[in-house]
Amino acid sequence: MTQFDVATIAVEAALAAGARYADARVMHRRSESMNARNGDIEELSQDEDAGVGVRALVGSSWGFSAIPDLSDLSGRKAGEMAAAIAAASASVPGPPVDLVPSVAATASWSSPCEIDPLSVPLSDKGDLLVSVTAAMHAAGADQAEGVYQVWDTLKWFVSSEGHRIDQHIRECGAGVSATVIGDGETQRRSYPSYRGQYGTSGWELVHSLDLAAHAERITAEANALLTAPVCPAGTTTLVLGSEQMALQIHESVGHAIELDRILGWEAAFAGTSWLDLTQLGSLRYGSELMNITVDPTVPGALGSFGFDDEGTAATVRHAVRDGVWVGVLAGRDSAAVAGLDYAGSVRSDGWARLPMVRMTNVGLQPGPHSLDEMIASTGDGILMDINRSWSIDDKRLNFQFGCEIGWEIKNGKLGRMLKNPTYTGIGPQFWRSMDMLGAEVVAWGTPNCGKGQPGQTGHTGHPTPPARFAGVRVGVRG
Amino acid sequence: MSLEIAAQVLDLVRTASPTTEAEVTVDQTDLALTRFANSFIHQNLAESISTVRLRLHTDGRTATGSTTVTDGDGLRALVERTVTAALLCPPDPLWPGLAPAATVAPAPPVDEETAYADPGARAARVRAFVLAADGLEAAGYCSTLRWAISFANSAGQSATAETAEAAMDAIARAGTCDGVARLAANRLADLDGAVLGARAAAKAVASKDPVELPPGRYEVVLEPTAVVDLLQLMAIYGFNGKSVAERQSFVELNAAQFDPAVTLVDDPLDAGGAGLPFDVEGTPKRRLTLVDAGVTRAVAHDRRSAAQVGAESTGHAMPGAASWGAIATNVQLLPAGDRAGDRAGAPPAEIEGPVADSAAAALVAQVGRGLLVTDNWYTRVLDPRTLVVTGLTRNGVWLIEDGQITQPVQNLRFTQSYPDALGSGGVLGIGTHSVALPSGWGIMTYRAPALRLASWNYTGNASG
Repeated sequence: MTQFDVATIAVEAALAAGARYADARVMHRRSESMNARNGDIEELSQDEDAGVGVRALVGSSWGFSAIPDLSDLSGRKAGEMAAAIAAASASVPGPPVDLVPSVAATASWSSPCEIDPLSVPLSDKGDLLVSVTAAMHAAGADQAEGVYQVWDTLKWFVSSEGHRIDQHIRECGAGVSATVIGDGETQRRSYPSYRGQYGTSGWELVHSLDLAAHAERITAEANALLTAPVCPAGTTTLVLGSEQMALQIHESVGHAIELDRILGWEAAFAGTSWLDLTQLGSLRYGSELMNITVDPTVPGALGSFGFDDEGTAATVRHAVRDGVWVGVLAGRDSAAVAGLDYAGSVRSDGWARLPMVRMTNVGLQPGPHSLDEMIASTGDGILMDINRSWSIDDKRLNFQFGCEIGWEIKNGKLGRMLKNPTYTGIGPQFWRSMDMLGAEVVAWGTPNCGKGQPGQTGHTGHPTPPARFAGVRVGVRG
Repeated sequence: MSLEIAAQVLDLVRTASPTTEAEVTVDQTDLALTRFANSFIHQNLAESISTVRLRLHTDGRTATGSTTVTDGDGLRALVERTVTAALLCPPDPLWPGLAPAATVAPAPPVDEETAYADPGARAARVRAFVLAADGLEAAGYCSTLRWAISFANSAGQSATAETAEAAMDAIARAGTCDGVARLAANRLADLDGAVLGARAAAKAVASKDPVELPPGRYEVVLEPTAVVDLLQLMAIYGFNGKSVAERQSFVELNAAQFDPAVTLVDDPLDAGGAGLPFDVEGTPKRRLTLVDAGVTRAVAHDRRSAAQVGAESTGHAMPGAASWGAIATNVQLLPAGDRAGDRAGAPPAEIEGPVADSAAAALVAQVGRGLLVTDNWYTRVLDPRTLVVTGLTRNGVWLIEDGQITQPVQNLRFTQSYPDALGSGGVLGIGTHSVALPSGWGIMTYRAPALRLASWNYTGNASG
C-alpha cells in the first residue's frame, strides 16, 4: 500500500461518511537538530514522525482528524472521524462555505538540494558547532551557542476533487550567538541572525554562512556592548539592516495580510488585522517605495513550495504595490468568503495539524540604494540590526521591536555603538515613513512562526533589503 | 501498553549496545479542540499522537531520538539511528547519568468523560457560550486533552501516569472591544459555557468607547488571566536552574527578592489542569516552593542542570531542556491567606460588570486611582537578566477611581521588569482565590489569583 493509497482511502471514507469535500495529507518527516554551548554538545536529537491528517467538509462545517499510522484501517478511521467531527461542528453553524477553484493537479515537486543535510556526517556537523562555540568562548563569550536544524519532509496530498500531489521539501540552517553577562545585564550578538539563517536548501546553505569567520567579531561586539552607551530616547531617522527588516515585514505586514485574521477567524488568539477588505486595492499601506510580494517560488527561500497544503500551485502575487494594499494571504474557503479568486497560502505544521492560512515568502522588493548610501545621506539617525525582541498588538498595528546592536549616524557617518536599541511605532505610519530602500536582498528564513490552536510552527521566508525610515521613536525602555 | 513499548525499546538498545545507558518515554497525547469564530465553529479537530522518545549515552557520548512510528520496524529504526548518532557525536562531558529507581506519587484519578469526550460535548459548551454572549460575536475554543506517559530506563526506574484537562478560552466582541473568559479544569463538567460566555460579554460591553490615557506609571489590578503571564515568563527565564547557572536569570537563591506577600509554588499534582507526577527523565515530581514569603528558595532543575551546580533534579526535565533549561509548568501564586495552598473558603462569585469575579473586585475596591487589566499580551523579554518585558494590554482595561470602575481605556503598551513589579512594597494586595488557566505555550497549567501592584510602567498608548 502506498502513501497515496492511504490518503485516497481516507478521502473516500470521509465522503462515504457524508462529506461533500475531503482532502488528506500523508506526511513523513525526519528532523535533526544539534545545539552546542561553549565547545560542548548540549543536545543532539533525531526525530521522525509520520501519519495522516484528513479534512472533511460536511454541509458548511469542517472537521479534521489525524492518526499516526499509515495503514488502510487508520486512513479509513481518520476519514470517518473527520466527517463525524464536521457533523458536530454543524451544531453551531456558520454561513455557507465555498471553495475557490483549484486545478486538480497530478504533480511531483522537490526543493533544490545540492548536499543532503541528513547525509552530512554527524561528526562533521558536531565539529563545526564545537569548534565555533569553543572559539567564541575563548574569545570572551560567557555563553557561546551554536545550533543547526534540518527538516526533510515528504508529503502526499489527495483531494476529492482529484488532486494527487507529492512533494519533497528539504530545509536546513544554522547560526551562532555570543552572550556576555555584565552587571545586571546581558548582551548578545548573533550571526547571521538569532537562531540562524534557514532555507529550503541543502547543507550548502550552512557552508555558505561560514560561521567560523564571524565568531570572534560577534564576541568582540557583544563585549563592547557592555560598555556602550544606551540607545538614546527620542525621535530620529532609523536605518534598519535587512535581518531586522525581515522581522518588521513578518510582524507588521505578513500577519496583517493573513485573510483568516482579517475575517476574524483568529480573533480570540493570534488576533485580527487592522486591514479592512473594503479598502483592498485603495488603502495606502506605505510609501511608494513599498512593494511587498507573496512569492513561494523563490528558490531556496524558507517559505517555498510547489503546492500549498490545499493543492494550489505556487504563484507570485503582490500584497502591496507602490505603497497600496492589493493582496492577501488566502485559503480556498477564506478567499471565497472574501469574494477573491485566489488562494495558495494554506499550510500545516505536519500531518497532525489543521492546514491554515500561513505566510510563504513575504518579501520587500529592492530599491536603488546601498546601505552605505543610506548612511551617507543621513545627518542624524541610528542604524539597528539583528532582532532581539518583538511585540505587536492583536491588530498588527502597535509594535515595539528591539535589536541586538545599534550605531549612531552623525553627518553621514557611523558613530558610536549603542546598546539596547529599541524602536516603536504604528504599522502604516511607519511604512509610510520609508524614504530610502536598499538594493541588496537577503531571503531571511524564519523557522519559528507561531499561529493557531493547537499551536503550529510555520517556516516563512522574507527576502528584503535594508531600508530607512523618518521620524521614528527610539530608545523605549523599562 | 505504553510501558511495554518502553521496555521493548530498552531491550532493543541492550541487544544493540549492552553497556549503553538508555531511557525511554512513551508519550500518548489525545487532543481535541473545537474552535469557533464569528459565533460559529470553524475549526474542529482531533489528533492522536504517540511519540516514543529515546535518549542514550554510550562511550561518553549522548544522543536523543524520537518517532511516532511505533511498530516493530519503527522502533528498531529509532534504536539503530540513535545508537549510531551517539557514536558519531562529539563527547558529552556533562552527562548527568540516569535517574535511579524511585517511587512516584500516584497522579489524581482521570475523569473519563474528559479524557474521552466526544465532539458533541465540546460543541455544546461552545453553543452555550455563543448564546450567553447574547448577540455579540464570539470566538475561542473548548478543548479536551488526555495525556498518558510511560517511562523506563536501564537503571531500573519505570513509571506510568495519565492526566486530563478541559479548557475553554474565548472572547465576546462588542465592535472592536473584546472581553474574555478563560478556565482550565480537570473535568469537562466544570466548564460552564454559559457562565464563561456571560462573563466575556459583560467585559466586552463594558469596554465600549474606551478613552486614551497617557503613558506613565499606574497602580494596577491584574486579573488572574494577566497574572499568569508573569508566572510563565518568570518560570521560563527566572526559576530555570540552567539560566541561573549561566547567570542569565534574575534569581538569587535565599534572597528576599519579592514582596513578603508573594509565595510561588510549582505543584503538578494540584495543577487544576494537566499535571504529571514525573518528568521525561523519570524523576518524581513534588510540590516545589520557588518563593516563600518573598524569599527565593528554589529553582527548577533537570538532572543536567542540577549536576552542574551540585543540586538534585526537581523533576522538571522536558524535551529540549538540555538547551532551554528546566521549566516549572504548574506554577501557582498562592492567594492571600493561603500559605498552605488549601484554598479554604467559598469560591468567588460572578458579579455584574467587567471585573472577573468578587475576589478581583475586592482588590479593585482598594484602589484610589489605577487600572484594571484583563490580559497581558504578546509579551517579549528585552533582557532575561532583568526580565524587562514589553507587551500590551488586551481584552479589557478600565480606569479605577476611588475604588470604582469609571471608564474603559484603550490598550496600552508596557515595558516593565516583572520581578521589580513584584518587589518589596510593590504588592499591595493578592486575591483570595486562584484560578487555573490554560497556557498558550503548550501543556502548562498555571494558577493565579488577582494581584494589586503599586506600579506598572506603561510606555505607549494606542497613538504610538
